[in-house]
Amino acid sequence: MEVNKEKSRIETAKNEIWAPEYFGTNPDYHNMYEVKRVISAAPLEKILNLARAHSIWPLGFGLACCAIEALMGANGPRYDLSRFGYEVMRGSARQADVMVVAGTITKKAEPFVLRLWEQMPEPKWCIAVGSCAISGGPFVDSYYVVPGANKVVPVDVYVPGCPPRPDAILEGFIMLKDKILNKRKVVAGQ
Amino acid sequence: MREITAAPVEEIKQKYAYVTVNDQQTIIVPVDKLMEFMQGIKDEFEFEYLTNLTACDYPEETKLEVVYNLNSICKGYTVMVKTIISRDNPAMPSVFPIWGGANWQEREVYDLLGIVFTGHPNLKRILLDDKFDGYPLRKDYQWESVRE
Repeated sequence: MEVNKEKSRIETAKNEIWAPEYFGTNPDYHNMYEVKRVISAAPLEKILNLARAHSIWPLGFGLACCAIEALMGANGPRYDLSRFGYEVMRGSARQADVMVVAGTITKKAEPFVLRLWEQMPEPKWCIAVGSCAISGGPFVDSYYVVPGANKVVPVDVYVPGCPPRPDAILEGFIMLKDKILNKRKVVAGQ
Repeated sequence: MREITAAPVEEIKQKYAYVTVNDQQTIIVPVDKLMEFMQGIKDEFEFEYLTNLTACDYPEETKLEVVYNLNSICKGYTVMVKTIISRDNPAMPSVFPIWGGANWQEREVYDLLGIVFTGHPNLKRILLDDKFDGYPLRKDYQWESVRE
């Protein structure tokens, strides 16, 4: 196909794509302004991120006491994580897109945490809940504890506390939503 | 509600001459008589439930104490039985044939204190992984912190 230099590129495309042999004689299809009015074009990734950020599916997986707060307390009727659309706890890592590492990772648990992470399909995110998942917490001097979830999986959001309250978990999910929507560094309080 | 009755420690002491009873009413059994004693009190005093099985390390006295908390649900009393073994050669008979619930508890004691229970059907580590070196609940266990 040879591009006609004298006409604008849009007009060339219009003549090539919106040809009357495809669309008949309907005048709407021969008018680019009408098409622009009906269709709003954006980068596809942005639209997908909009959907991803508002319907996070966490992996229902807890390692220690933080799971009581992060998965059950935040999911219960009082704090109600489902207000934000994040309530679909998945039993299978293959259906989830957020891993909530809630609790101490022992050295025996390290292989299966990594394996669950690798089973999750892209795109995926990770929230480290509680001081054990952040740095090993009070057990960091113990003989069988991994010092933080970031030694095993890449962490997006850290929620401090021992254990954090369900409000803090909600804050962590909302920070993750911000991070998914605009891919920049999100720091608390900014 | 059933009344809580005291365990018949005095009767046990009179019946089995080789045991000693300390101030806390704990029965201390020599390890070579352990199986005979345990089978005996299970049959006669109806201690049908092994609540807890644990051990403790005393490096100054070079001994390990193995503790059994026995419970009689139908009679409603509890007794604590201890036995003392050498720290250098920690081997003793398993009570798995008497109480099946001892299976995993003995594996835990083996895992953390290194006591070998002879006659156990599946004596391997339960909490730590198989490649772990050492017995961490012994007082002289050394390890490096992973703190950064």
